[in-house]
Amino acid sequence: MEKKTGIYICSGCGIGKSLKLEKLKQIAVQPSVKICRLHGSLCSVDGFEQIKNDIDTEKLDNIVIAACSPREKTDIFSFPDHILMERLNLREHVVWGLEAEDDDRQMAAEDYLRIALAKLKNITNPVPYISDNISNTIVVVGGGITGITAALEGAKAGYPVHLVEKEDSLGGWSASLHKQMPSAPPYNELIEPVIHAKLAEALANPDITIHKSTRIESIAGQPGNFEVVLQNGQSEKIEAGAIVAAMGWKPYDANKLSHLGYGKSDKVLTNIEFEEKVKSQSDLPQNILFIQCAGSRDKNHLPYCSTYCCGTSLKQARYIREKSPDSSVFIIYKDIRTPGMYEGFYKEVQADDQVFFTKGEVTAVEDIENKVKVSVKDTLLGDDIILTVDMVVLATGMTPAGTTDLNLKYRLGKGLPELKYDFSDSHFICFPYESRRTGIYAAGTVRAPMDIASCMEDASGAMLKAIQCIEFMKRGEAVHPRSGDKSYPDLYMDRCTDCKRCTEECPFGMYDETEKGTPLPNFNRCRRCGICMGSCPERVINFADYSINSVSAMIKAVVIPDEFEEKPRVLAFVCENDAYPAFDMAARRGLKWSPYVRIIPVRCLGSINKVWISDALSCGYDGILQIGCKPGDNYQCHFIHGSELTRTRGENIQETLQSMMLEPERIRTEFVEITDYRKIPEIISEYMEEIELIGPNPFKGM
Amino acid sequence: MVLLENKPILVIGAGISGITSAVEIAEVGREVILIEKEPWLGGNVVKMNNYFPKLCPPACGLEINFRRIRQNSRITTYTATEAIALSGSKGHFTVTLRQAPQLVKNNCTACGKCVDVCPVERPDDFNYGFTNSKAIYLPHDMAFPMKYSIDDNYCTKSECAKCVNVCEYNAIDLQATEKQFNVEVESVIVATGWKNYDAGRIENLNYNNFDNVISNIEFERLIAPGGVGEGQLVRPSDRKIPKEIVFVQCAGSRDENHLPYCSAVCCSASLKHALTIQQKYPDSKIRIFYIDLRVTGRNEDFLNKVQDNKNIELIKGKVAKIEEVKETKNLVVEAEDILAGKKVRMEAELVVLATGIVPNIPLFNTERNEEGFLSADQGNGIISVACCKKPMDVSSSVKDATAAALKAIQSKN
Repeated sequence: MEKKTGIYICSGCGIGKSLKLEKLKQIAVQPSVKICRLHGSLCSVDGFEQIKNDIDTEKLDNIVIAACSPREKTDIFSFPDHILMERLNLREHVVWGLEAEDDDRQMAAEDYLRIALAKLKNITNPVPYISDNISNTIVVVGGGITGITAALEGAKAGYPVHLVEKEDSLGGWSASLHKQMPSAPPYNELIEPVIHAKLAEALANPDITIHKSTRIESIAGQPGNFEVVLQNGQSEKIEAGAIVAAMGWKPYDANKLSHLGYGKSDKVLTNIEFEEKVKSQSDLPQNILFIQCAGSRDKNHLPYCSTYCCGTSLKQARYIREKSPDSSVFIIYKDIRTPGMYEGFYKEVQADDQVFFTKGEVTAVEDIENKVKVSVKDTLLGDDIILTVDMVVLATGMTPAGTTDLNLKYRLGKGLPELKYDFSDSHFICFPYESRRTGIYAAGTVRAPMDIASCMEDASGAMLKAIQCIEFMKRGEAVHPRSGDKSYPDLYMDRCTDCKRCTEECPFGMYDETEKGTPLPNFNRCRRCGICMGSCPERVINFADYSINSVSAMIKAVVIPDEFEEKPRVLAFVCENDAYPAFDMAARRGLKWSPYVRIIPVRCLGSINKVWISDALSCGYDGILQIGCKPGDNYQCHFIHGSELTRTRGENIQETLQSMMLEPERIRTEFVEITDYRKIPEIISEYMEEIELIGPNPFKGM
Repeated sequence: MVLLENKPILVIGAGISGITSAVEIAEVGREVILIEKEPWLGGNVVKMNNYFPKLCPPACGLEINFRRIRQNSRITTYTATEAIALSGSKGHFTVTLRQAPQLVKNNCTACGKCVDVCPVERPDDFNYGFTNSKAIYLPHDMAFPMKYSIDDNYCTKSECAKCVNVCEYNAIDLQATEKQFNVEVESVIVATGWKNYDAGRIENLNYNNFDNVISNIEFERLIAPGGVGEGQLVRPSDRKIPKEIVFVQCAGSRDENHLPYCSAVCCSASLKHALTIQQKYPDSKIRIFYIDLRVTGRNEDFLNKVQDNKNIELIKGKVAKIEEVKETKNLVVEAEDILAGKKVRMEAELVVLATGIVPNIPLFNTERNEEGFLSADQGNGIISVACCKKPMDVSSSVKDATAAALKAIQSKN
């Protein structure tokens, strides 16, 4: 069916004064263009009504809005779902942003309109992929405080939960506590561990099915349709929509702490052993010393802070002091870390004059007769001191239990990817639940070291994401960060050569594969970054509204002046997430860049296909810039290694250049942050100088 | 199922927490009303130069969140709006909203013509008054919604009206009046956030008396890309780049005379500032006076990075007083160095006070604890979240805001 296109060019905000819009209109000569209108202010009520009327009367199915940045006025330029809309950024990227002789700016505007029309011609409106029988059930793995809280909160929102615990009892570590530290005023009394009430509530909730002494044999499938096989003597299969991974933590192995006397003296206990002792009502000796950071904040053991141990030792000091008024407690610490409201409890304990706090480093712990001698390099007084006590408690830290027990049938591994120190965290400050396995959300101490209150918040957060994922799947939409995107990769398998590039490069494990290496897509796992599209040498993978052909057509739509005009052309692939807004901000700040550049936004630098590069070079562009998010340890790419791929794929692309006998400098990659708008003109002018030195692309005009 | 409920959920405050709660709820499929007292979204974080520990710009995450709001028709946003009264109970709240006069209407295209003709200047509160803007102004680079605002206190209105005449879109209405209206909602998330403790109250630190004694949040604007120094760190007195800088931790926090609690973020924030300065100016010299360094979890790596940096000195001890050298406007800091067991005196070109977090309280009646924060449980259907509940960093706030989103959509109890 032939498309019916409407073009709307706004003359407001100075656009009409800077450009010859009647001349621009003449670009729109394709037969598909039914209407091409100029308007003084498209974002006004009148402008909107005009477009809406045309859509109704002329039965338009796609429109070009040539006005301001697509980041602006999105509430106005909102049309029914079946309308394909392309926003041409005349204001920021042409009128404001280009340092221009009028002709060059006019040429840029005309090229951008050609690009917009080429895109619309080559894309279709995405029809969402909605899988059958999407399950509302959520499987929670781990029955500690995090798992129990997640299960309860999910059930309260109306989603059935299966809670899987490998032990024969529930509650995890928190159930073994004698008391819990107060986190709200007044701080003068320890509280009952919250786990008991939560457990009772969970057991009584009809929407929670509990599987004790059960492990997960396998998890296959995709969000909305996970197939979870449980094993406890016999196999049981559960259909689940999403998963919360709350495997919890393991105490750091105190056997590695022999330098603190553990294993050498029976009077040296871990904080966990001490808790058990108190819980079982055993007698406690009078003088007890706590060694904080026993194995934590220590490059030879756990380099990180385990977060909970300061509070735990303060609580345990309170046990001792409550039990016997004659007792004394010594706490040897590096820093007392009771952030936020826990300060109140710290002050309560500090006020007790039989609790002695000493900032120092323990150098030796030895048994002498019935006592333990602890040598401390006292960093506060500068002197070394020796304390002789009846018992030493090591405030040992927390290590994540790991998520490999999920037994995912993913080619990328059985568990969630682990970040530093084996925690399955998200890496993003703004998005702590941004999981690399769509539909599976880590919560609690498996994600980061944290205390009970924090675990409970985390459990609810992860459960929300699990529920939300299921609802996204029902609508056939991508989850964060491209939330709401209805497009998905469409694979033309006849051309697939089983090269495995897509399966290997997808950061989210979207593809399973056959033994032969043929990719088996799981669309609900997909995050729509397009990295697989960029990886495929056979152009097998495309999205309805973002494809090899559509971008190739956009590239080819630009009119390349011949070399005698001395007007170079540079193609800039610009990541939509950070770099594109940086261009907008540069323009708004009055910064200018070369009018010889043509910007094509991409979902991620990782989605750039080699074909586009060779297309651009063979049509005579003099250079190609790729501008995207920062890679490296502190990567800012929300598709994990999308921008990093420009490096690993670089060699491949250089081969293309070599085969075309072109200079390697014709391609350059730059990484920017969203606030680097001041660098934009610098990056471009530097590159234009380089291109001038290299000279025109010999393919020009061929 | 959640989809059976029809009433929207109200989120009060559109800082990082409120925005997060709103988008998370809307993406589940529920309707959300998001209100913000400023004319733009983003709260405190949009004023920050970068986040610890990645030293990445907050605008990056905000851009994604703004995109989530733009493309989600389930979120209705009201800026310059506060909730002034609340009645009813879970499932049936009536909340009265008050929107400040919309002198600049939503059809503003942010073309900027008005600024050229506006004759009045005002201190730019976005930069804490270190710079001026016109009385009609674009709040900042990331302003969302992207439209101009008029400062009612400075604009001379009909006496001038130059902006009205120059605006081609009839987007300015100097006669606009305040609006009040009610919304019916199922539950309410209070995410009113925080402000920093007024450092002027800590008399010995002379914040009110000396130009170059600043607070940590002011530091962010002095160094931010769109801030006072346009990406360079400048000090207030002479806009020169300071190289000798002292940080004073717990400025007001952990202090019975001021804030009894720990504000939880200031240690990491100062370490972040120190590293940011070092990245920009490797020849700078930074000293940080602290009581305890409270950098929990994996942020320990971040602390290690600071400890390994020879130009950053961490000194355990309290700052006793700060004096000013009249001619240079430099400062003399007197403090104890507990570990060395002595008093120290040093000159600095800039002193940054790590001031703590004080909750912003909604205008309607709420239950608060002794420290002034909102109680976590405000009763059925009102959920307080993040920094109006207790001090926490951005990542924890987002976590809490996501958790609150779940509580808000629970129809069963």
